[in-house]
Amino acid sequence: MPTDSLFRRVDVDGSRLITVTFDDQPLQVPSGLTVAAALLLAGVRYFRTSPVSGEARAPYCMMGVCFECLVEINGVPSRQSCLIEVADGMRIRSQQGARDLPFTASEPVVMEVQP
Amino acid sequence: MNLEPIDVVVIGAGPAGMAGARTLAELGISVVLLDEQVAAGGQIYRGIASASPARREMLGTDYGDGVPLTDALKGSTVRHETGASVWQVTRERQVHYLKDGRVRSFAAKTVLLATGAMERPFPIPGWTLPGVMTAGAAQILLKTAGIGPQGPVVLAGCGPLLYLLGWQYLRAGIEISALVDTSRREDYWRARGHLLKALRAWPYLRKGISLLRALRKNEVPHYTGAEGLQIEGEAQVQALSFVVDGQQHRLPASTVLLHQGVVPNIQFTQALRAQHRWDDAQLCFVPETDHWGRLDVPFISAAGDGTGIGGAQVAALQGQLAALGLARDLGRITPAQRDSRAAPLRDQLEKNLRIRPFLDALYRPRDENRIPPRDDVTICRCEEVTAGDIRRFVELGCSGPNQAKSFGRCGMGPCQGRMCGLTVTEIIAKTRGLSPDEVGYFRIRPPIKPITLGELASG
Repeated sequence: MPTDSLFRRVDVDGSRLITVTFDDQPLQVPSGLTVAAALLLAGVRYFRTSPVSGEARAPYCMMGVCFECLVEINGVPSRQSCLIEVADGMRIRSQQGARDLPFTASEPVVMEVQP
Repeated sequence: MNLEPIDVVVIGAGPAGMAGARTLAELGISVVLLDEQVAAGGQIYRGIASASPARREMLGTDYGDGVPLTDALKGSTVRHETGASVWQVTRERQVHYLKDGRVRSFAAKTVLLATGAMERPFPIPGWTLPGVMTAGAAQILLKTAGIGPQGPVVLAGCGPLLYLLGWQYLRAGIEISALVDTSRREDYWRARGHLLKALRAWPYLRKGISLLRALRKNEVPHYTGAEGLQIEGEAQVQALSFVVDGQQHRLPASTVLLHQGVVPNIQFTQALRAQHRWDDAQLCFVPETDHWGRLDVPFISAAGDGTGIGGAQVAALQGQLAALGLARDLGRITPAQRDSRAAPLRDQLEKNLRIRPFLDALYRPRDENRIPPRDDVTICRCEEVTAGDIRRFVELGCSGPNQAKSFGRCGMGPCQGRMCGLTVTEIIAKTRGLSPDEVGYFRIRPPIKPITLGELASG
């Protein structure tokens, strides 16, 4: 859940505010940001819990490498929120542990193909 | 499956990819540039096209160097596909990527891999806590969103990017609680041997000195020779503790930004089964290339930081050289044309590489920050495998990274080993008393990016 943000804007760039939801709670965020940046700015401290121990996790690399920022976006699980731009009306959900892992969701995700 | 024919697919729109693609297009060669970001620039020039003049000014002149590259790309005939996640490149040069939830594919005559670098893993206690990020991540937030941390922020580790971020934060009006430097006196002694050569790359050296001077002038507390780094907190960072000269320190923090250099992103070259070797100066695996960037896989080349860390200027030059090499391989220029165009580029390349041995020696990450001495440190963040687990696997007969997967799922989570690969190799090598080359790396398999079955079927 959003709390006091650990981040703030240091410059203003003419972007307009749009509304997204995070775990059903509406958030006003600037347009043009990635989903990960927008959530951090809005005060979201963690994005998911790990499937193994249930530890809270948040974006670590912001460049598509670490996969710590995985969230469900508009019903599709395990999206890399640091690579996707926010859009008005976007429905974003945190992923809780193994319960929300792709293989239990509607669409399975392929991680590795054995040749 | 619909395969679109093309002369060259370039993967990655950083300096190497942008410069390479443009060079090819100028020679009348059909080229598509695939990149997963929303705009060109790579990580170094991330957000350059949308950054306001004020933000560019705040980030410094080196960031502005990206403008001519992105402008030239825009003015060229290069077809640039944004938001394109390449999930497979085959040895036969079929390139499969995902865009807007659909799979699309190219049949390329040649491929140029310009996949850049990623930050070196920094496995220390507490590095998985929310509030811990890489310095690069924090810089991306500043570049693309104009946002920075509020509340006590500590920068820790070593390397030019850490100091650059500190300098940029000062200019953005973001207060830094402390810079906790892991470099030690002996690092300076080791680097001294390369100083003479580095002096011939004076602009680089001068930049580094001025960054540190600015931090000092602004009275940012600067601890050097820090060891035993440990991040404290339950569900959120609370403090960074460390030891300097035997004295324990504890700095309260809500954000800790870690950095100890960058390493090549070798997912594609590994998946292609190209030959790699361990670079002991840069402490990473690099693909073997000839001086046109050609891999030992026919008609596939690589350029930029993905072939060894050289920085943005070097990457752009290597991108152009690789493009000339491929243009020759495609029979579009003669060897003489290729060589005459390459000569001035090689000259500049040599000049820009002079600083590297000095930087590699000075900012060589400490063993304890690459190979955690403590058994309870998580090294595979996805599957939560610890350093102690890996050492136990070795005791049970695990001989290399691929076996470590079956011993305990290490490297098999969503990041596919990107965040733990080097750590696993180095722990196993050290435990078994072998070299990283002898131990090897994870066997990387497609899809390089997770893809849903529905998306896979959409091709």
